Amino acid sequence: MTWLPENLDLLLRLTGTHLFQSVLPVVLGLLISVPLARMASGSRWLRPVTINGAALLYTIPSLTLFVVLPVILGTRITSITNVIVALTVYVIAILVRSCTDAFESVDPAVLQAATAMGYTRTQRFWAVELPLAVPVMLAGVRTALVANISMVSVGAVIGVQSLGTLFTDGLRRSIAEEILVGVVVTVVLAVLLDQVLRLAGLFLTRWQRPGRVDTRTRLAATGGAA
Amino acid sequence: MNLLSGMWQWLTDPTNWTGTGAIPARMLEHVAYSGVVMLVAVLVAVPLGLLVGHTGRGAGVVIGVSGALRALPTLGLLTLFSLLMGLGLVPPLLALVILAVPPILTATYAGVAEVDPAVKDAAKAQGMTPGQVLGHVEVPLALPVAMGGIRNAALQVIATATVAAYINLGGLGRYLIDGLAVRDYSRMLGSVLLVAVLALAADAVLAALQRAVSSPGIRTSPTEK
Repeated sequence: MTWLPENLDLLLRLTGTHLFQSVLPVVLGLLISVPLARMASGSRWLRPVTINGAALLYTIPSLTLFVVLPVILGTRITSITNVIVALTVYVIAILVRSCTDAFESVDPAVLQAATAMGYTRTQRFWAVELPLAVPVMLAGVRTALVANISMVSVGAVIGVQSLGTLFTDGLRRSIAEEILVGVVVTVVLAVLLDQVLRLAGLFLTRWQRPGRVDTRTRLAATGGAA
Repeated sequence: MNLLSGMWQWLTDPTNWTGTGAIPARMLEHVAYSGVVMLVAVLVAVPLGLLVGHTGRGAGVVIGVSGALRALPTLGLLTLFSLLMGLGLVPPLLALVILAVPPILTATYAGVAEVDPAVKDAAKAQGMTPGQVLGHVEVPLALPVAMGGIRNAALQVIATATVAAYINLGGLGRYLIDGLAVRDYSRMLGSVLLVAVLALAADAVLAALQRAVSSPGIRTSPTEK
C-alpha cells in the first residue's frame, strides 16, 4: 500500500472529472429523451423508429465512438467533449425506450380525469403525466448512470483523463494497487450515485409512500393539522 | 465525405482480406472470443437464475450482486487481471464473462419469477414433480425473457471485445488500437462497421434461435420484443 497515500491528489482530481463525465451526459440525455419519448409514445410510426434506432445505437462500441467523434465534431481526440457526446448517445439509447414505456404506463383514465377537471394539455403534462411517469423513467436513468460510470473509464485508452487513467497507467507501470483503487472507487461512485437517485425518486414520488401520505390526506380531509 | 470513402477503400482493399491479421481472421477471432465468453456466461448465469427464480431464495442477493457487477469497469478488470495473471486469453475472457453474467442472470431470474403462480399450481395439481414444473412449465415460459437477456449480453460482449486488443490480443479491436496509434481513421471506421455488422448478425441469429426454441403455446405472446 504505497501508491494510494502518495497519489491522493491525483485520485481526487480524476474522481472529479470522472463524475463530471458520467453525470453530465445523463442530464443532457434526459433533456433530449423525454420530449422524444413523449412524442413517440402512442405514435404508430415514430415509436418503432425511435425504439429500434435506440437499440441500434447501443451496438456501437464505446471505444469506437470516442475515436470517431473527434473526426465528426472536429474536436481534439483527447478532448473531454468526445466522451460527453458519446455517452449522451448511449444515455439516449437507454432512456428513449424507458421514457416511452414510462409515458405509456400512465393510466389514460387519470389523464382523462385531469382534462375533465379543466387542465390544459401543458398543465396536464407537467402536473400529472410527467410526475406519474417518474418511477419507470427513474429505473432507466439509474441503469444509464451506472453504465456511464463504468464506461467513462474506456476514454482512458485514447487519452481522456478519468478514473480509467489509473487502469492504463497501472498496467503500463505494473502497479496492481493503482488499478484496484480505480476499480473500487468506480464501484463506490456507482453505488453512491445510484442511492442518490433512489432517494431522489422517493422524494419525487412522495404520493407512493402509503403510510405517511395517507395519514396526511386523511388529516387534511377531516380538517386536522397535517 | 472523404472519411467514408477512405473507410470504403480500406474495406474493399484486397490486401486487407488475405493473410494473417486480415479481416476474415480478425472477425473469426472476434467471434471466437465472444462465443467462448457467451458460452461460459450462459453456463454460469442460466442455471443460477433458474435456481433462484424457482426456489425464490436468494433473489435479493442475486439482484444486488448483479447490480454491483454491472458497475465494475471492464477496462479495470481487464488490466487488473492481465497484470495479476499475465498475458494470454484468460484475463480478457474472464473480464468479459463478468460483463455478460449480470444481464443473463437477472433476465433468467425475472423470467422464472414472473411465471403466473396459478400456472405453477395447476401444473402441481396435475401431478407434476418440482423438476417437471421447472422443465415443462417455468423454463418454456421464462425463455423469451431469458433470451432477451442473452441477446443484450451478446451485444455488449461483441462491442466490448474490442477492448481486448488493448492488451495485445486479436479481434476487430486490433484495427482500432493499431489505427489509433497511427491516426488511421479509415481503418478505425472500417473496424467500427465490421463490429456493428457482427453485432447485428449475432442478434439476428439469436432472434432466430429464440423463435426456434420457443414453445408453440407462447409463440404469439407479446413478451417477445
